[in-house]
Amino acid sequence: MTDISIPNKAAGARIPLIDGIEKVTGQAKYTADLDPTDALVGLIFRSPYAHGEIVTLDIEKARALPGVHAVITGEDCPAPFGILPIAENEYPLAKGKVRYRGDAVAAVAADTHEIAREALKLITLEVDEYPGYFTPDDARAPGTVDLHEKRTGNMERDVHHEFGNVEEGFAEADFIVEDTFHSEEVTHLHIEPHASLAEYDVERDKMTLQSVTQVPYYVHLMLSQTLGMDTSRIRVIKPFVGGGFGARTETLNFEIIACLLARSAGGKVKLTLTREETFLTNRGRPESDIKMKLGVKKDGSLTACSCEVVQKGGAYGGYGIITILYAGALLNALYTLPNVEYHGFRIYTNTPACGAMRGHGTVNARFAFESLLDRAAEGIGMDPMDIRAANYLGEPFETVSGFKGLTYGLPQCIDWAKEASGWADKFGKMEKGKGIGIACSHFVSGAGKPVHWTGEPHATINLKLDFDCGITILTGASDIGQGSSTIIAQTVAHVLGVDYGRLRVVANDSAITPKDNGSYSSRVTVMVGNAAMDAANNLKEILTEAAARKLGVTPSEVECLGEAYRVLGATQDPGIPFNDVVAEALVDTGTLTVKGTYTVPRDFQGTGKQRGAAVGSSPGYSYAATVVEVDVDEDTGVVTVEKVWVAHDCGFAINPLSVEGQVQGAVWMGLGQAISEETRYDNGLPMAANMLDYRVPTIVESPHIETKIIETIDPNGPFGAKEASEGALSSVPPAVANAVYDAIGIRFSQTPLTPDRVMDAMIKKEREDKRAASKKGAA
Amino acid sequence: MKSILRLTINGREREDLVPHNMLLVDYLRETTGLTGTKQGCDGGECGACTVLVDGQPLLSCITLAHKAEGRAIETVESLATKGRLSALQTAFNENLGTQCGFCTPGMIMASEALLRTNSDPNEDEIKKALEGNICRCTGYVKIIESVKSAAAQINQGAAA
Repeated sequence: MTDISIPNKAAGARIPLIDGIEKVTGQAKYTADLDPTDALVGLIFRSPYAHGEIVTLDIEKARALPGVHAVITGEDCPAPFGILPIAENEYPLAKGKVRYRGDAVAAVAADTHEIAREALKLITLEVDEYPGYFTPDDARAPGTVDLHEKRTGNMERDVHHEFGNVEEGFAEADFIVEDTFHSEEVTHLHIEPHASLAEYDVERDKMTLQSVTQVPYYVHLMLSQTLGMDTSRIRVIKPFVGGGFGARTETLNFEIIACLLARSAGGKVKLTLTREETFLTNRGRPESDIKMKLGVKKDGSLTACSCEVVQKGGAYGGYGIITILYAGALLNALYTLPNVEYHGFRIYTNTPACGAMRGHGTVNARFAFESLLDRAAEGIGMDPMDIRAANYLGEPFETVSGFKGLTYGLPQCIDWAKEASGWADKFGKMEKGKGIGIACSHFVSGAGKPVHWTGEPHATINLKLDFDCGITILTGASDIGQGSSTIIAQTVAHVLGVDYGRLRVVANDSAITPKDNGSYSSRVTVMVGNAAMDAANNLKEILTEAAARKLGVTPSEVECLGEAYRVLGATQDPGIPFNDVVAEALVDTGTLTVKGTYTVPRDFQGTGKQRGAAVGSSPGYSYAATVVEVDVDEDTGVVTVEKVWVAHDCGFAINPLSVEGQVQGAVWMGLGQAISEETRYDNGLPMAANMLDYRVPTIVESPHIETKIIETIDPNGPFGAKEASEGALSSVPPAVANAVYDAIGIRFSQTPLTPDRVMDAMIKKEREDKRAASKKGAA
Repeated sequence: MKSILRLTINGREREDLVPHNMLLVDYLRETTGLTGTKQGCDGGECGACTVLVDGQPLLSCITLAHKAEGRAIETVESLATKGRLSALQTAFNENLGTQCGFCTPGMIMASEALLRTNSDPNEDEIKKALEGNICRCTGYVKIIESVKSAAAQINQGAAA
């Protein structure tokens, strides 16, 4: 007889999403799918003006329309909100001033969509217009009107850091390369448009909101603040969410508006935004102007980096301060960089507010850095792969800015990408019009310090085990499609060794599940995963003690087989079935509820050496190397990415299928920014607020992405895991630009590389080449 | 103006009093309660609302409900048989062809239309069939793998 039971080795298993069946059958309920019975229809009245003082806002006719139950304005919004406690400067509905075309000014709730639309037509808005500022330069020019009080010159935040000594660093360099870079604004384009369903219980003065958020806890806090209601009277539920990518990592105005309407109407309001309104709500990656300078020695080692970033922030603060800090912070921790200087400027403009987007703050700065590194390699006659290898960090490392990391898989990533792509036979050797390029990137696995510092653990998980012997995992972690519920379930299943059939995940209902900070900065796998591990270990201890009682031995003599427990070494013994162990564990105590928590070790919370310098600290950094092969059509300027090879160090893949999916999605999103995506405005008027003009790559334009998982087993991560969904993105735009240089010999310092931009550059180069040739001829 | 709309949805005959300006997607989601069909855009941009009308893929967000008079509509809810997933549903689930899941019903219905006429499509044929369906999560790699896997499954079943 052999072992009759093998514990479920769930960590590392390539399994489908725990909620995949609901998604493929259409049973998954997203916010817009929730039962609309009795719900009023909410609609938002938006400003057609980019900037101005509200003179009159007449809602009386709208209010008088039969079938209208509520009309609200900024007058109904006593308190501002914002994700950062130090920058709350947005009201759910504009108060006194409008700041962008599309700014929410009033809202109505009516019996039907038709009546609500009719009511919007009856609202009149008069504005004393100010000049609109649509570029950082315009907004910073002398004599401009400030969008916000106490923000002179429309400077939301300027950041100045120097680590090491940059002047000395450049003096040591054998070769210096510098340029200016420009990246257009891009947006998340999660496929599910924004939606909220708010229900107000008048008699009990209680509010329930169901919404599309990535951060139900922060929404809860902001509802309490803006509605003036105690947090205990509010319940926030997150149904299935159709993607987020950072757009929903802060409370958004429509979520509060839905609640204000519900309270005003005394009932239930469904507010579903159109795709155009979803664009207007924005929070995308800001348009950035970057000046960067790198110094290298002949052996390729970096001596210094100086960087200035100007971000067009849009009309409200949002995550802006964090975005401008991240752009500088994550210049560090990819390579050995002894001297770094950073100046960041976040500027208010009369455009929809930018915010956090996948690769938060780092993507455009990384585009500049990796583009310059390619030029530096060329300048010193080094292969682009080798210059990167010349700057590897060690394990463990500490950056000059004070970030600590225990694992560093970039060498393995580069080695694989080089080999798999056939780099040696291709770089500089392909036919004209075809080229290959490399770039690298990294990202945090959760921020070392949370947005709201309360002194609580960074993550908490509850497990409930009762008479039915099923284990309910209670989590506040927001699954937005990235698969966090699956990862948490795998973690618990692995520690306890039980069958998946025993597990169910209940997530994101503030009345039931523990608080979680939310799904942002790629924190969930590491932080909530560690908390899940802790909780499962605590439960296992209780079950082991119960089994020991039944077996008449000490707990240390008990072996857990997952579905059975037996005396250690008794390999012929089938053991006591799980259900019997549970029955014993419940004696005298009843229902078991155990908790697990995780707090980032103090050493990984950043140094705070300089103001804002803790941003970028993390328990672990993921690493990625990306090689792309492109074809540039010299008649049309169309850049086609033909193939991508990406290696990503995620520490350990708790679910390899899921890691691949995340990495491929990140790479592809980077491709969109590299070749086609841009959020265009004309005097503040969105020019591409739909999914045809905002050009995301279709399946036809999307290349195969060969994906390699590198595992470095990080001691800070659950089973060694680090993040998997953001790290690869930043490498893609520079890899494309570097490949385009290899193909046609033109350096691009801007994204996206659309056909018109590529054509312009090719025509310019042709002229310059001709001029040079004729000069040569004349001489 | 309203009038009676008679049609078949997922094999069941229905009669409803439907406004003439009602879109098929709204009729399906609001009147019949079949919310599996999604709306991701303001009309004809993303493909999330794809349903089959007499076997042909159609964007229900730019189709008037009354255009479906007398026709047979199939939505994602029709694909499973007695609770068992269809080959495509299984393949999308097992190969992670779905992440957030919002584009998935449209993606699966467009793939279903393809596999009914071409049970062994090559990669270009898959891409052609899905060119109007936008997914923001997957980079499409695992969607293509899912369709290929389903085709293989169907062909294996047919051969057996």
